[in-house]
Amino acid sequence: MTDLTARLRSTLPAAVVPPTFPTPEIGYAVHDTSVGRLLLARRGDDGPVIASLYLHEAATGQGTADGHDTEETALTRIARTTGPRILRRAAAFDKVRRELDSYLAGARHDFTVPLELSLATAYQRVVLQTLGRRVPYGARASYGELAAWTDRPKAARAVGTALGANPLCILLPCHRVVGASGALTGYAGGLAAKQALLALESRAN
Amino acid sequence: MTLPPFQLLVDAHWHDVARLAAALAPPGEAQDVSQQAWTQAYAAYPRLRGADNLRSWLLTITHRAAMDAHRARAIRPDPVTELPEPALAPATSAAADSSASADSDPALWAAVAALPVRQREAVALRYVCDLDHATVAAVLATTPGATRRLVSDGLATLRRALAPTSTDLAPSTAHSPAHSPADSPADPPAEDRS
Repeated sequence: MTDLTARLRSTLPAAVVPPTFPTPEIGYAVHDTSVGRLLLARRGDDGPVIASLYLHEAATGQGTADGHDTEETALTRIARTTGPRILRRAAAFDKVRRELDSYLAGARHDFTVPLELSLATAYQRVVLQTLGRRVPYGARASYGELAAWTDRPKAARAVGTALGANPLCILLPCHRVVGASGALTGYAGGLAAKQALLALESRAN
Repeated sequence: MTLPPFQLLVDAHWHDVARLAAALAPPGEAQDVSQQAWTQAYAAYPRLRGADNLRSWLLTITHRAAMDAHRARAIRPDPVTELPEPALAPATSAAADSSASADSDPALWAAVAALPVRQREAVALRYVCDLDHATVAAVLATTPGATRRLVSDGLATLRRALAPTSTDLAPSTAHSPAHSPADSPADPPAEDRS
């Protein structure tokens, strides 16, 4: 029989269960895909999707060396814009998961889930919306072309930065934007993921 | 000042909130009390100033929810459940229920439930939640000196309640020498061997 205060500290008075919540302001789920782990977030349980961010697969805690978010840093980033009422809602993402999986299997070329660019700056929004309109499935564009389409032909670098901060990875196809030479340059999910997405889309054509 | 995403609070603290609720709630209402505490915390969260000490903020809400549940029960007394458990009953069930998990300690928690309310609150906040005396005093709206006495009296009461039953369970009832002075309420530091 252990000491009384140790027993008070370590034993359970009764079976304990985690709390449940009604629809939160922001719900999120983590989804493992063939190109990496994604954190998906949306308003409520069926509102627009506001985030699809690559996560480091193993790490937890305060960010990682390669710049990938952890669940904690990604949620903290979202909370800065949306406020802190963010809760895990695995069941609210069934349809988004299905569409992502089906896209990654080559069976779908676009997404029907509503999107919202609340985590993007005004210029990022212009760039990402132009991307969505002008660069269809299987196509590629250069940073310079995208800059020209946004009426800032000299802003290729700014376009690169805007795409690098894409809060809706895969759902808004920033992987279709490559260097003028055709080089893949960078991608939030890593170059291997970008390569895999471009290969997927070129196979289907 | 940025508040952490609420889910991180839930993940980090739901277990502590549930344990405190189980220690303080009226019988059978622990789950309702912790659920109530989380609902109130979620509602109040965005208006919270300052992100330090979120844990004691949550435990304060839980404590208040448990006391509200006792008050609500007093307003509509239920003659059956209102009867306190006889001190010996848990011993029997503890001895009989050998299937209980290693983490459960029914005799202990029945004895905690039978403590006078202020002692129970102080003991639970001090040991179930591992809060220091200053924080316990803040939650209970009293002084650290008073909480030390409540904790010390509470532990002494618990030892008396558990003594006869532990003889049945194990021969090691005789606590270590370092322990026995805490039986005296006049010796507050002994209970504070964290």
